Amino acid sequence: MPTIITFRCGLKWIIIASLLISLPFLTDVIIGRNWVRILDFALLYSILALGLNIVIGFAGLLDLGFVAFFAVGAYTYAILASPHLGLHLPVGIILPLGTILAGGFGILLGLPTLKLRGDYLAIVTLGFGEIIRIFLNNLNAPYNLTGGPQGINLIDPLILAGFNFNQNDLLPSVYQYYYLFLFCTMITLFICQRLQNSRIGRAWIAIREDEIAAQAMGINTRNIKLLAFSMGASFGGLGGGLFAGFQGFVSPESFNLMESIMILCMIVLGGMGHIWGVIFGAVVLTLLPEALRYLGTIQQALFGQIWIDPADLRLLIFGLALILVMLLRPAGLYPTPVRKSEFETAEEIDEL
Amino acid sequence: MEVLLQQCINGLVLGSIYAIVALGYTLVYGILRLINFAHGEVVMLGAMIGLSVMQKLINLQWSVLPIIFISLLIAMIGCMTIGYLIERIAYRRLRHAPNLAPLITAIGVSIVLQNIAMMIWGKEFVVFPPIIPINYYSIHEATINSLQIGIICLSIIMMLGLRYLIQATRLGNAMRATAQNTEVAALMGININHIISFTFILGSALAAVAGLMVAAYYGLAHYDMGFILGLKAFTAAVLGGIGNLTGAMLGGLLLGIIESIGAGYLGDLTGGILGSNYQDVFAFFVLITVLIFKPSGLLGQASGERP
Repeated sequence: MPTIITFRCGLKWIIIASLLISLPFLTDVIIGRNWVRILDFALLYSILALGLNIVIGFAGLLDLGFVAFFAVGAYTYAILASPHLGLHLPVGIILPLGTILAGGFGILLGLPTLKLRGDYLAIVTLGFGEIIRIFLNNLNAPYNLTGGPQGINLIDPLILAGFNFNQNDLLPSVYQYYYLFLFCTMITLFICQRLQNSRIGRAWIAIREDEIAAQAMGINTRNIKLLAFSMGASFGGLGGGLFAGFQGFVSPESFNLMESIMILCMIVLGGMGHIWGVIFGAVVLTLLPEALRYLGTIQQALFGQIWIDPADLRLLIFGLALILVMLLRPAGLYPTPVRKSEFETAEEIDEL
Repeated sequence: MEVLLQQCINGLVLGSIYAIVALGYTLVYGILRLINFAHGEVVMLGAMIGLSVMQKLINLQWSVLPIIFISLLIAMIGCMTIGYLIERIAYRRLRHAPNLAPLITAIGVSIVLQNIAMMIWGKEFVVFPPIIPINYYSIHEATINSLQIGIICLSIIMMLGLRYLIQATRLGNAMRATAQNTEVAALMGININHIISFTFILGSALAAVAGLMVAAYYGLAHYDMGFILGLKAFTAAVLGGIGNLTGAMLGGLLLGIIESIGAGYLGDLTGGILGSNYQDVFAFFVLITVLIFKPSGLLGQASGERP
């Protein structure tokens, strides 16, 4: 009876949708408004993690400088829409511009490295992330482009089609950003899903599994890898633009290596190449550090002083998570069935 | 001209430190085909352990040489233990895993070590106690001090020692055999696990010395100094041809000289637009240039391509 099945499926989606829509209200009432803001960040990181997942999870290229593309997007927005240079271009132009610019940087960085072994790419991207930060830090002289270590303040809020996300009487702004980010995450999710099941997506996965075999099957590996790289980068750029508009200020400090590592950790923890796993990882790893803050309060209550600063613990946990997941569950906590079986057969072959 | 000579001297000192760290990368890469991201952190831990021991010993009113010798020794032992544990816990199980897995674990190890160091030694700079008497000598208007001479001499001794170990001893023979072909080496009766452990221990011992040399050169150590140092040393290893010991030494020295000459003249060349605060960028441009034009490095075989 197909009608009932469609009805049940429809019901499932209606429940999920209504949960997602009411989530900020529920969170606000139950835990507090601060957590709605954290939810916003969870969605933002989902976009970034989905972007990086294209590079690492689908195409198997270890990109450790992802935050550089995030920074490109954020600074594009900040420079073109703030009193810093007196420019106030509309968001409809800046966001796509930042996205394209980040994608372009991705191609620039990928060109010399993608024909080499994968480890080189890792270290070059690592260096690139650091270089971008050095430039952001120092480009305040002789011409003040990035504002140096202070960064850029008073960035214009996101205004889409005449709708200002910071000032209107409809809803508190964190709610509105929640819905905007939810919308963007949905679009990213949709693109990733469609890509995964497309010719390009299959080519990426083929390259991840065996590059030589992929080449033998007629895939232009270099171009397809470049495409993955720049595509991931452009999602980073989009996330950066949204971040700048949401936050209202940017500074080089927000774009350090640890940010890249954190996004990497989200992907690894959730399951490389699995779209839902990646979102799971992004949400868990955004909420976890916030929850850890209570650890400081607990320590204060129990011992009268703070032994371990929860903010320091955060990175330690990320590092440990990377090691433990790779050692114990290399396919991630929430892997795709295919990926899981691949890792299991790999182990069996080893045992033989 | 005197500026050029001075920058060359500075570059040589810096370069010999890079060379020692680069040797650690190249040794491990030669055998496991793995970039040991955590190597930079081992260097940092070497500096930290050495400085802590040094501060303890200074309170005992000892003379200079035994203080340096003992703190160097303890730093080396500490780093060798850490290096062994890293391999044993984090890398050994993943030797045959899909190729991203060991890289990701290596990053995890690096972060864990860095944060442990931050918890133990705090976020402030640890200062190198001013116990080494520094005399200045002048060569054609450029100066070199006794500390710099000491660093250069120590690294030359270590490089020669390592060369002897690899080329002329039974152990070195086994290491080279393992690097060439692990399976066949195992068939010849070489215990692969021991050789790999030994490689990590050897690299970490070098890292400990390099760490103390960096701390002495800059007068400071910091919990996040390992990252950028590791990146530069890796660049040096790639420049010389990764997997090649002589290449790592050459690459280290070259990179040091390029970096200090570049930083010295960058301001003049660009009319003051880019200053010496871009010093760290040089290593990266060298890396990119090498990867584009000669991915196998100066002395390496064509091993840069994907297997």
